Amino acid sequence: MQRNPQLNANGELQHLLSIEGLPREVLTRILDTAESFAGVTEREVKTVPLLRGKSVFNLFFEPSTRTRTTFEIAAKRLSADVINLNIALSSQTKGESLLDTVANLSAMHADIFVVRHGSSGAPYLIARHVKPHEHVINAGDGRHAHPTQGLLDLFTIRHYRKDFSRLTAAIVGDVLHSRVARSLIHGLTTLGAPEVRVIGPQTLMPAGVESLGVRVFHDMRAGLKDCDVVVMLRLQNERMGGPLLPSAQEFFKHYGLTAEKLALARPDAIVMHPGPMNRGVEIDSTVADGPHSVILPQVTFGIAVRMAVMSMIAGN
Amino acid sequence: MSALPDAEKLCAKLAAELKPRVGPNAAMVGIHTGGAWLAERLHAMLALAAPLGFMDIAFYRDDYHAQGLKHDPKRTRIPFDISGRELLLVDDVLYTGRTVRAAMNELFDYGRPASIALVVLADRGGRQLPICAQHCGAQVEVPAGMRLRLKRGVDGKLALALEAERAA
Repeated sequence: MQRNPQLNANGELQHLLSIEGLPREVLTRILDTAESFAGVTEREVKTVPLLRGKSVFNLFFEPSTRTRTTFEIAAKRLSADVINLNIALSSQTKGESLLDTVANLSAMHADIFVVRHGSSGAPYLIARHVKPHEHVINAGDGRHAHPTQGLLDLFTIRHYRKDFSRLTAAIVGDVLHSRVARSLIHGLTTLGAPEVRVIGPQTLMPAGVESLGVRVFHDMRAGLKDCDVVVMLRLQNERMGGPLLPSAQEFFKHYGLTAEKLALARPDAIVMHPGPMNRGVEIDSTVADGPHSVILPQVTFGIAVRMAVMSMIAGN
Repeated sequence: MSALPDAEKLCAKLAAELKPRVGPNAAMVGIHTGGAWLAERLHAMLALAAPLGFMDIAFYRDDYHAQGLKHDPKRTRIPFDISGRELLLVDDVLYTGRTVRAAMNELFDYGRPASIALVVLADRGGRQLPICAQHCGAQVEVPAGMRLRLKRGVDGKLALALEAERAA
């Protein structure tokens, strides 16, 4: 049987490539560790000496502000050295292969590669070729996975809801193109959430999404009923007006989250969004800035979650 | 094997020893897990005004590069301003001194205490760093390959126990 490429022979986390396939205990351990780091980020001195002397290379083949920055902050709070590489401006445009780029960085003594890539599976390819002491974290690959976002979503839900066993969660919008949705669905089902819903138009639902253990709704009002957690996905502007979507206004009318639609969820429901938000497209400003929104705490928790992941893999 | 001292008696002895020494500025921090249990008891017996703090030194250990994060770290909670305090740092067993070194490093990331005194239930010797306890319940000899641990029963009673050291 082929071993999960993320785990070492002892079942410990070696790389973080996807939430899919990670056992419940590993997910829980990451969340528990992140809880301890959340305490560190509330102190006046926000650094701990854990990764002193280690080098974290941020390899972003796709643009990102929030994810790259929070990885950088997380690494710095662990006392690691951080090197940011904007690959779009570097060797790749001169024709260097992905593995050659990584081999060169490895020769510069990297310990952790944080990789974002437009192609699904690119971090897996890198993980197969790095040295035993080097670790890879997937910071988003194509439509496939964005595991640290999924983990910070799980952390946020656990923070506000305490446990997953009676949870009804809805993920709304462009599920088809969303690596965030896929990672969160795997995380929620692994941690035992009894009801995970996806809400969106047929054209933005992946075929066979039910096989992931979710209920599909095309009517947002029906789907939001009695939800504890509402996760809004970003509608990528570049897809607007294409064959899948008529217009932003039309989308907002049916699938935009307004206060009136949110009232169908539980009174204490939380609203999440991975960012960046398109106000007036998938979410109304009154909701985004309203009392149910935990969108900014998500960003803060993301730092603690990334500290937990880095400190766990770098020690294994 | 000689009998281990009674942890309950040692706890009472430490409380009696500390009682006349704690001033209004004193505060206590227990190191997870055994030190936290002992600190809970001492904190109640001494009726300290400042709430009890707890710390997990996992993020400050000096063997991370060899061991990694091997257990679930608990959250460090210091619910008072540490600056200017006369701190009582509480652990169950003092051995190499490395845990205490890590704990002091972490404490200084919270502020500058006026002083730190180390309170331990048992000292088994074997120091690898220049650290000593100001208040110690008992010296305990531990056979090679064994480790001394504090246990807490379902009734809340504390007891010392020897167990085989886990293979590294």
